[in-house]
Amino acid sequence: MGIAMADKNIQKTSSDSDRPIIEIIGMHKWYGDFHVLADINLRVQEKERIVICGPSGSGKSTLIRCINRLEEHQRGQIIVDGIELTSDIKNIEKVRAEVGMVFQHFNLFPHLTIIENLTLGPVWVRKMPKKEAEEAAMMYLEKVRIAEQAKKYPGQLSGGQQQRVAIARSLCMNPRVMLFDEPTSALDPEMIKEVLDVMIDLAREGMTMLVVSHEMGFAKSVADRVMFMDDGQILEENNPNDFFDNPQHERTKLFLSQIL
Amino acid sequence: MTQQASTTTREHLKPPVTHVGVLGWIRKNLFNSWFNSLLTVLVLYGLLVTIPPLFKWAFVDSLWYSSPQACREIDGACWSIIPKNARFIFFGFYPEDQQWRPLTAMILLFALVFYTQNRRSWNRALFPIWTFGLVVMGWLMHGGLGLPVVETAKWSGLPLTLTLSLFGMVGAYPLGVLLALGRRSKLPVIHSMSVIYIELIRGVPLISLLFMSSIMFPLFLPEGVTIDKVLRAQVAIILFTAAYIAEVVRGGLQAIPKGQYEAADSLGLNYPQAMRLIVLPQALKIVIPPSVGILISAFKDTSLVVIIALYDVLKTTKVTLSNPLWMGFSSEAYLALALLYFIFCYAMSRYSRKLEKALHTGH
Amino acid sequence: MGKAAAPDAESTPSAIPLWRDPKKRAIVFQIVVLLLVLGTAYVLFSNTQANLSRQSIATGFGFLQTESGFEIGESVIPYSSADTYGRALLAGALNTIKVSFIGIVLMTILGVFVGIARLSRNWLVSRMAAVFIEVMQNIPVLLQLFFWYAIFYEAFPSPRQALNPLPGLFLCNRGLIMAVPADNAAHQPMFIALIAALALWWVIRRWAKGRQERTGRSFPVVRTGLGLCLLLPALVWLAYGAPTALDIPELQGFNFHGGITVSPEFSALLLGLVLYTSAFVAEIVRAGIQAVSRGQIEAAMSIGLRPGQVLHLVVMPQALRVIVPPLTSQMLNLTKNSSLAIAIGFADFVSVANTTINQTGQAIEGVALIMAVYLCFSLSTSVFMNWYNKKTALVER
Repeated sequence: MGIAMADKNIQKTSSDSDRPIIEIIGMHKWYGDFHVLADINLRVQEKERIVICGPSGSGKSTLIRCINRLEEHQRGQIIVDGIELTSDIKNIEKVRAEVGMVFQHFNLFPHLTIIENLTLGPVWVRKMPKKEAEEAAMMYLEKVRIAEQAKKYPGQLSGGQQQRVAIARSLCMNPRVMLFDEPTSALDPEMIKEVLDVMIDLAREGMTMLVVSHEMGFAKSVADRVMFMDDGQILEENNPNDFFDNPQHERTKLFLSQIL
Repeated sequence: MTQQASTTTREHLKPPVTHVGVLGWIRKNLFNSWFNSLLTVLVLYGLLVTIPPLFKWAFVDSLWYSSPQACREIDGACWSIIPKNARFIFFGFYPEDQQWRPLTAMILLFALVFYTQNRRSWNRALFPIWTFGLVVMGWLMHGGLGLPVVETAKWSGLPLTLTLSLFGMVGAYPLGVLLALGRRSKLPVIHSMSVIYIELIRGVPLISLLFMSSIMFPLFLPEGVTIDKVLRAQVAIILFTAAYIAEVVRGGLQAIPKGQYEAADSLGLNYPQAMRLIVLPQALKIVIPPSVGILISAFKDTSLVVIIALYDVLKTTKVTLSNPLWMGFSSEAYLALALLYFIFCYAMSRYSRKLEKALHTGH
Repeated sequence: MGKAAAPDAESTPSAIPLWRDPKKRAIVFQIVVLLLVLGTAYVLFSNTQANLSRQSIATGFGFLQTESGFEIGESVIPYSSADTYGRALLAGALNTIKVSFIGIVLMTILGVFVGIARLSRNWLVSRMAAVFIEVMQNIPVLLQLFFWYAIFYEAFPSPRQALNPLPGLFLCNRGLIMAVPADNAAHQPMFIALIAALALWWVIRRWAKGRQERTGRSFPVVRTGLGLCLLLPALVWLAYGAPTALDIPELQGFNFHGGITVSPEFSALLLGLVLYTSAFVAEIVRAGIQAVSRGQIEAAMSIGLRPGQVLHLVVMPQALRVIVPPLTSQMLNLTKNSSLAIAIGFADFVSVANTTINQTGQAIEGVALIMAVYLCFSLSTSVFMNWYNKKTALVER
């Protein structure tokens, strides 16, 4: 993928006594009778970049969707920036304002222009005046290199462009953590790079990121930790070099042999 | 840095008990929020207040095969009105000794429908089978060739309802397809005539067409020529249904990718061949589900012939109710008739939905 | 295998024979079809003329000016049998508009309610909505009309033993009889106050939107607007001395006097039409809401919007695009189905036109009038739908 190894010199997480920004303790989730996530324990420090990989059906998307309460967990705790996720609506709203999510199928609002897509959150949730929101939105659009499309509608953009807009839309809410649910899986190959480049820029600026993805080049160059999930459990996690060069678990080896 | 789980098999725990099983279902579906809990309580209360008295009226206190006098003595429902008048309600004025004929025709029809609904029967043999079936049904109803003739004026009750819907659909389909093709045509005369017809017919109520047919058709014909009332109503229903079929088929034609038309042209097929061999088979398959919807509407709409004094099954019921013996039991009669219509229409709409799911996977 | 014939640059191309030139063939074909249609029309026309003159039936619309000689059950405008056919038809048309308008409003409210109930996560509510939809859709509307009409005449008692479910409300076989506020000078100003409140609501809405764009602060527009609609007429009512006099129906002899009577015909027609059509509207609303993909809701929730905001800003705009066109079709269907009034004796346009045809024998003019009136309704609906579709179409590549 041609991503410079120099990116590894991005400011590493300061692992001092800062509490983790995401803490998951003994989390279990069931869909009906099906035990989809089992005893998940995870700590994410601020500015950490984590890539989660695994076969389909392993529960990786479900895991990150629990973090912003798009899915409910039945046992255990999820604590985001000190706020515990329960059925309490106030807590859920607070968490969602801190956590941004980028979806596999972009999910831009087709009836609004690009700039309206971006200003929707700031205006209605953070109560920003429209002008201020638009200025911030234009700045983020420039960051993802798509400012000239501001007045267009999502239906007029390509997949890669839409996903970059989706990233900008999440950034407009100034989240402390960004979740990515297979952000490039629905894209044609020639558009994957433009989206990954944006994600690398984000990492460079110190954003905390949890990325579910099969893009191993991205993981190797940007991630602090790579995790392998299968059958609802986190089976292995390691720094990228050791993870790819020296997988420990049988199933990790099997998975890596299939995709690399 | 570390491994999380070293076991290759993991334990699959049972979810918390209040989340599954009957309790879990109740919690999730009826009481998952205070608002829903309130709703559930209100609905249950409402049902408790209305269902038991209704049940008592309909099943406990009711009579099913008694004389009208006995019915008047009780508080419950008088379902006897149906069995005691069944011959008239179902067959109307058809001569009693010949009533086996419409009965046989109806059984044949149901057999054909049952055979057709199985998609494995959808092959080239289906068309001749139906044509043969329709001819036999027509012969049974009308007579000739060994059976005494019963004029269409005597056709009434359920056979009339079924005839009007069935032949309505059969006659309307070819006309509808022609109109749809005409609407898509680039020839201005054909296009505008089709548009005018479709918009005109779709814009007016069926009753006005029935009036037109029953009052105006006789004026259109030269002196001495008459067509009987049933035929007039049948023509009106065909003209009406054709406009709706035209719109549905037009949707199907639009859904065919342009490439299909181009491929047909590049093979050297002329217009009728391209339509018959390439376009229409695909388009008509796509529009089968909405066509069943139109059939359901046509079936319901036959009840309107009451207004032009044709004796379909609704009118025969009404006439039974105007008999002084059986007056006053309208609710029972109408409810029973509603059940009949419901069974037919619900079966057809369930089938249409099933079909839509099955055909959708192909596209 | 022949010699390649090089086109001679000097010779003119020979004319394509008529039967092989697609353009010429098309023209001939259209001419033939046109002649056929016109020919058939001519034959029908001359037959009709001959038949009409043989039966001494008049032609033309002169009958609209002649005295009708029949009564109409209920009418919005004053009408008696001494009035002309034209006035009778007008009364019928107004009755059609009255029942259609009220029917459309009620059917939309009920349909939206049932459609949302169908999507409820409460299993009981969702199932009951499903039962309602399936039952009402699959029974012919005429049968439903007969049923409700029969209920009035068979199940309800005579005025002397009328049911009295609420004070001032009576149900009997003469209809629904209700107490209404007695005629008072306050009513017109109260109505004007309501209009003023609605206008003020509109103004506040625009101001609040501007303020939100400038400063980001939102304003409870809906609550304020509703409050105004209640408050302003109430103030006028107080200013007029808070008149509470009611026109209460009282049983005198064999019938009620006072209050307003809603005839069994109108009630049965309205009830049947609304219940039947609302089932279709419910399905349309359900389909519209389900057409908005789950991902849209998830994305909206992820940026922190509350459920009410998600509904208002993301779901409804997209759902309405899918709902409005078929909804207008159903409104048109209700209007067309109101023509069934003739079967239960309500004096709608078709019913009056039918009587006119029977008395004057002028079937062609009568049926033409019926079709013309309904075509007006449907063409204006088409125009509206086309405009709405253009206005709200999603912009795509």
